[in-house]
Formats: sequence, C-alpha cells, structure tokens
Amino acid sequence: MANLMADAMPDAALFAAVTDPANRADPYPLYARLRQRPVWRQPDGSYVVSGHAAIRALIFDPRLSSEDLPPTRRPRTGNPLKDFILNPIKNRITASHRPLIFRDPPAHDRLRSLVMREFSIARVLALRDRIAREVDQLIEACRGRPEVCLVSDLSYPLPVTVICALLGVPEADEPRFQVWATQLATAVEPDAHHDAEGRRAIIDAFDAIAAYMRDLIREKRRRPADDMLSGLAAAGPDGRKQMSDFDLIATAVLLLVAGHETTVNLITNAMLTLLRHPEELDRLRADSERAPQVIEEVLRYDPPVHFRTRKALGSITIAGETIPKDAPVILLFAAGSRDPERFADPDRFDPDRPDIQHFGFGGGLHYCIGAPLARIEAEIALVALSRRLVAPRLLCDPPPYRPGASLRGPEQLAIGIGGIV
Amino acid sequence: MTTEPAGLVVIGASLAGLRGAEALRQGGYDGPLTLVGAEAHRPYDRPPLSKHVLAGELRPDATRLPERTRLSARWHLGNAVVSLDRSARRLSLADGTALAYRKLLIATGAEARPWPAETGGGLAGIHTLRGRDDAASLRADLLAGPRRVLIVGGGLIGCEAASCLRDLGLPVTLVDSNSAPLARALGTWVGGVIAACLRESGAVFRPGTQVLRFEGDAAGRVARARLADGSIVEADLVIAALGATRATGWLRGAGLMADPGGLTCDAACRVLDMDGAPCPDIYAAGDVARWPSRLYGDRLVSVEHWGNAVEQAAHAARNMLAGPDDQRSYVHLPAYWSSQFGINIKAVGLTEGADAVAVVQGTRASRRFLAVYGRGGRSIAAVSFDQARWLPAYAEAIAAGAGFPPILDATDQPRIESAAPGFPSPRVAARSTEAVHG
Amino acid sequence: MKSATDHPALRVVVDLNRCQGYAQCCYAAPDAFAIRGHEILFYDPTPPAERRCAIERAVQACPVRAISLQAGPDDGDAL
Repeated sequence: MANLMADAMPDAALFAAVTDPANRADPYPLYARLRQRPVWRQPDGSYVVSGHAAIRALIFDPRLSSEDLPPTRRPRTGNPLKDFILNPIKNRITASHRPLIFRDPPAHDRLRSLVMREFSIARVLALRDRIAREVDQLIEACRGRPEVCLVSDLSYPLPVTVICALLGVPEADEPRFQVWATQLATAVEPDAHHDAEGRRAIIDAFDAIAAYMRDLIREKRRRPADDMLSGLAAAGPDGRKQMSDFDLIATAVLLLVAGHETTVNLITNAMLTLLRHPEELDRLRADSERAPQVIEEVLRYDPPVHFRTRKALGSITIAGETIPKDAPVILLFAAGSRDPERFADPDRFDPDRPDIQHFGFGGGLHYCIGAPLARIEAEIALVALSRRLVAPRLLCDPPPYRPGASLRGPEQLAIGIGGIV
Repeated sequence: MTTEPAGLVVIGASLAGLRGAEALRQGGYDGPLTLVGAEAHRPYDRPPLSKHVLAGELRPDATRLPERTRLSARWHLGNAVVSLDRSARRLSLADGTALAYRKLLIATGAEARPWPAETGGGLAGIHTLRGRDDAASLRADLLAGPRRVLIVGGGLIGCEAASCLRDLGLPVTLVDSNSAPLARALGTWVGGVIAACLRESGAVFRPGTQVLRFEGDAAGRVARARLADGSIVEADLVIAALGATRATGWLRGAGLMADPGGLTCDAACRVLDMDGAPCPDIYAAGDVARWPSRLYGDRLVSVEHWGNAVEQAAHAARNMLAGPDDQRSYVHLPAYWSSQFGINIKAVGLTEGADAVAVVQGTRASRRFLAVYGRGGRSIAAVSFDQARWLPAYAEAIAAGAGFPPILDATDQPRIESAAPGFPSPRVAARSTEAVHG
Repeated sequence: MKSATDHPALRVVVDLNRCQGYAQCCYAAPDAFAIRGHEILFYDPTPPAERRCAIERAVQACPVRAISLQAGPDDGDAL
C-alpha cells in the first residue's frame, strides 16, 4: 500500500509525503524515489539529500551550518496559522535553549569537548549493571501477561532512567522527566501539528525543566556527586565556570531529549525488525554475541533518526546540483543507509553484512554523543528480550507510529508472548 | 632447486605485500602464492615504531599485522630476492633458492638513508628508524639512558621521535637544514607550529644548519657532532632521520626502469622495461612504485605512505587477476597521518610545487586548524592539525581539482589570507614525497 | 608493554587515515583503544584473546569501519 501511494505521488511532493503521517509506517519506497536524484530541490527551496555518497560528503562539509536554522518556509500543513505557530516554539529551542546540536564550531567544539569529558568511558560503562537491572525489572513486571507493549513496558521507561542516572537526577524525580521528555521530543519535529494547547504544553515543559535544572545545578555545585551534571557544573582549573548556566541547562535538556526518544526508537525498531525476521531473533537468542552486528544493521535498516536539517552557508555543488547559499538542506540519513549504490540488496535486513557503514548516528562533527550508551542499552535490552520472552509474535503489523517523521518510531508495539522465562 | 610450481609471487612481505596477497586471494586466485621478505619477520606495521614502540608502550613484535584472509601462502622470510631473470621467469633468493613465477608483485618498499660511513656512519649509537629491528635496537639504547640524543632531520620520523623522547624526559637536540621542521612535507609556514611545539617540549631545535660529521670516543661510540655553523653538539645517541631510498638495488640488470627514486610503472601498476613498455606479468605497489598520477597531471610520483601501500597493492592485485583488456588505472589521492606533541596531523594530496598556503578552518595559534596548499590557483593538498573531521571535504575538493582556496563560506573560517608555504628547493635525486610513513 | 607472543590469536590494525576520532571503539573495548589529546587514537595491536568479544564490538561500532582484526589462525609457518 505504501508502495502504491509512493508511486502515485508527484515528484515535487515527495518530501512532503515523507512528513505525512500516512507514510510513517513505511517511508522507504518514497526514499527510493527520492534517491533517483540524490540531491533534490523541493518546491519550498529546500534540498533533500538522499544518496549515501552525497550525504557522506555533506556531513563533512564545513559549509553546512547547524546554527541559524532557516525559518520554516514549508507550507507543510497547508494551514499558515499552524506553520506560523511552530516558529515561536522553534525559536524557543534554538535561541534561549540552544544546545550544541544547534551550534557550529568553534562554540560547538568547546561545548562538545566539555560534554565528552563528562560522558567518560568509565561513567558510561559503569551504567551497564544499572541498565541490566532495570531491564530485568521491566521484563519481570510483564510476567503473567499474554501480551506486552514493548514501548510502554520497556523501551520508553528505560532510557529516561538511564539518562537520569547519568546526569545525576534523583530517582524520585524520574517520573517528571518521563513527562517532559515526551513533550519536548514533539517540539523538534518539523511538522508536529500543535494546537494552542499542545504549544502551551511544550512551552511549559521547557520552562519547567529549565527551572528544575537550575535548581539541580545549584544543588550539584553545593554537593557534587559522581555524575555528569556535577562534572559540568564544577568550576574549571581556573576557578571559573566552564559552562554558563544557560549552556548547562541547554545541554542537560539536549541529553534528555536527544537521548530519550532516539533510544526508545532504536530498541523498538530493533525488536520490530527481529520479530519480522524470526530467524534472526532465533540466532540472537542462540548467540548473544551477534547483538552488536544486529544493532548496527538496525541502525542502517530502520534507524531511530531519519533526517536532520542544516543550512548552506555558501553555495555547494554536489551530485550535479548546486545548493544555493542559505538554502535548508535536509540530510535524509535513513535513505542514504539504503542506497543500492552503497549496499548490495539494501532493503534486506542482514546483520552479516561485511560493511555496515550507516548514518544511524549521523556523522561528522555532530556524530551522536550518546551512541555508545544507546548501543549498550539496546544490546542489553535485545539480548534479554530474545532470551526471556517466550514465543513472541507481533500482534499488529505495522504498528501505530508516533507523528514524528525525523525521530520516527512506533507509538506502541504489541507483542503476544507465551510467558516470561 | 625449486619444486614449487610457478604461481603468483609477491616480493616484499610488508604492508603492501601482505595486502596485495590478501587481495589476490579475495579476488579469487586459488593457485600457488608465495611471499618473499628480506626481513625475518611476518608483515608488521611501521607507523607505531616511531611512536609507541619508541615510547616503550608497545614491544616491537606487537606490531605484527593481522592477516585478514586465509593466505595459504609459501613464505620465504629473511631471504631477499637478489636477482630477477625476466626471460626465464625466475627469481634468485639470497640463500640460493630459485623461484619460478607466473606473475610478480614487487613491493620491496624503501630503505632508510644511512649516515655516510666517511663522516662517522660506522660509529656505535648512530641509528636509523625504519624497520622493527631498528626500533628494537634504538629502544635498547634509549633504555641505557643517553646523556643527549641528537636527531638529524626534522621530517615526520624525526619529529615523532623527538616528541617521544621528550615524553621520556630525554635531552634532545634536533638539527634540520631548513628553518622549520616538516619543511619538505608541509613547508616552513606550517612547520613553524611544530617548531614551537619542539621548543616548548624542551627539545633544542637547531634549524638552518647541518651535521658535517660525527666523532666517536675511544670505544668507537658516537660522542659528538660537528655542525656546519662551527658548533659542536655533545650526543651519545643519534637518530639519522634522513628519509628513504627505494629498495630497487636487486633489480640491477633486470632491464627495468628502476633507480633509488623508484621502480617506474604505468598507470595500471605494471612495471616498465627500459624501452618504456609495460611488462604484462610484473606489477609494483607501495613505496617502491613510481607511477603517473592522474590527479597531478600524470607526473611520476612515488608515495611512501601507509594508505598508498594498502590501496595500490589491492589495485595491482586486481589488475594481476584481470585480463589485458581490463587493466584499470590507479587513481589515488595520497594521504598520511602523524601524531606528535599531542597533535594529530593528517594530510592529503601532494604539496610539491605549492606556491601558496592558507588556513581555512581554525587558527594556527590554537594549533587546531586546517590549511590548504595551492599551486597556480588550484588546490593541491591540505593538512589538518586536530581538525580531521573537516579533511574529507577538502580531500574531495582537491581530487576534483578545485580552485584555491577551495571552500568558502565555511563555519569557523577566518579571513583567508594566502601565505608563502616556504618549501625548500626540491631534492633532485628523488622525485618523490619526502614524508616517510603514516 | 605488550608482546605478540603472549596472545598469538588476536591482531588488530586501525586505518588511521580513515579514523576520525569518534572514540566508539574506546567505549566498546576500553582496554584496547584510547583517544589521546583531541583525536589521536592509541590502540593495542595485540589484545588478549579473551577480549575478542569486546574487540569485535569495536570493529562493529566504528563509524568509518577502520578497524581490521585477525581472530583466526595464522597462515602456515615461514619456510
């Protein structure tokens, strides 16, 4: 069905179709059509980049800026009021809470190296036991039920707990983070259909989390603990703040938003894919050492983040197209990772591929900071799920999806089970 | 003498030889395969020798390279080829073994230029640093606690060694005839950054002069160097980092275009005979090969870098297995890396002939920058200091023949001002890149 | 100090032209890979055989696929 819809779509409307929730369950036929022109100008003046080689070239191109994202000029909803409404929300993210994901060098590099220092190997790896415990508890809680929803039972609650532990948020406050994470994630979608109430909720969530973080940072300065926020809030060797409170709040919010929904999607997409390929689920159950390659292939085959938008600081000629200065550039990572010029039989899920070089975590300067943690969470969760769910089967395929086209993932994933081991 | 059937023979058992052999197997060749190496060791990785091996973090034998494919090869190690008889399709090895071949891949690499015997080269304590045994013997001398180490030559190897030795707390003097280190590879304008690092590290940098001769003590061990400026440097350990010459001596009399600057090939990696005709059954790859570079106007180049060894060997192997009508040209943008003084240096392209250089990202003062080299208005090379993630964009621009400077309107881009790169006049003897390794 | 003879089965080499210091290998196999300074990768070319799983995780996690590993037996001995 998605194929029929994709075929019926006029070329000019292809990317608009990608953002249409009706195509959420299977955007890949649209991506295949977009790849016919790896760099393709859309009617609104933006450029969609869908070829692997072109994306790879552009993620290393210093003329693509993540700062000063262009105002949305896309008549997405067809309702000018709604499109206008989105802008104040975007500005709230990019201006008053602009985290390093929306910054260019040298500011980006400075912030990133501070964050990386606190996202230390020891600190990340120390979370493994906590994650394993959490996964066990979440699965255990499903005992006795004939059906689980992977999203609400496991992949949704897990990452927030992990991020809170990493940042140093007290466990008692986690439920509030669960709520904020949901609200903030919708704000970064280009086509979230916000009504006045939804808009208010997002703005309130921003204000609430910012106020909470401000207090927490003050607390961390008073009583530092071994957590990321304490490290980031601590004074540098010169006795001065390493990061302004502003940057600190923006960073903490970024880690929550960027680290939450993406991980939810990774775990959910992985399990969905494995349930659609039961022989791979069996192989993983028999050999947990296959988990890393399964995860890399999921990151290629059905990634958590489908595209990111940048802006051209100068004109860029690539793949026979010239992207003019100031044009929005949409890097369609999920399409590049299925480019047949790069991957043999790209629509086949095959964890044994010899060379899975995907864009699942982006690439270049803005390569996902949380990638190692996402891999650890996904590995522990998938290995546990493969071993502990008895005779799992999809109850609804395709599952219902959340509205987001960029941060794309199922809203629910109903799995019938014969028990818990 | 030989009982082996004539198959494919790879001469040289270092990186290029190994990767060539792997590519032959991966390409489907399942006949007899023989590797011949002058050194007694299985293929090992050279870049760590002047860094982590010198620093004592890795033992020399830890550098042995992974074999990524089952080679099922016959190995002749510690047994150099001494002559090639093309008409009989036969090789003679140092131990007298005769080896028949059907096709050859020559990957004998290069040899460190030794310090001349007539000006003290025979003294104990004077080292070169090219092979694993060199590194082991140098390391052993370092452990004895030299009073001062004199490094002759501020190329990549000389600078990496200086950086390591300073980390070890050893007194170091580095002498280079140019006004800055890395002058031949990167020019004095960029090299000046490393000159500052050298001095900050506590090394004594003596630019613009040369060692005339070494003098020894009664035991025949080096004790001091006499410099062209009349000064004397007391040093009981010397690293002669003078670059390398191509290992082609064994080809004398083989009727091929070979000299210390390289073994000349066509674009398909086939070696040329004295008439300039390609030999259909003899290929070359890696440091030893000199080939017309399409990206540089078909100029003959030989590239002494890790990446070239890997790519050219794979390319030559591919052509060895292909028919005469399917010989593809080797198109390669040279690339190398070096780490020294805590800085990751990566470079692409050939700087030879550059008439301009400009910082296009970051700043020289911060020691995090990307600089591009231009020649006649074209971008020909780029180097990054701790800015590796931008390098691919510039590599693409250089490969595409972009103008100079190649990329404007970039983030973190200063006002672009061209400077004179400060390259010393080219050495006439070797038409090759100077930078050894990486 | 590492020696090849301690653990003959595992050998690693990283293509440092490709490496861009993403440090994913360091999280996957922290005993074998480390970033020094901003982007210098230092690695153990002969990690112990019992770390094979972690090393293979690093191979998989490398965004530019720069890590090569020999985990199988060596080719026949030199003549």
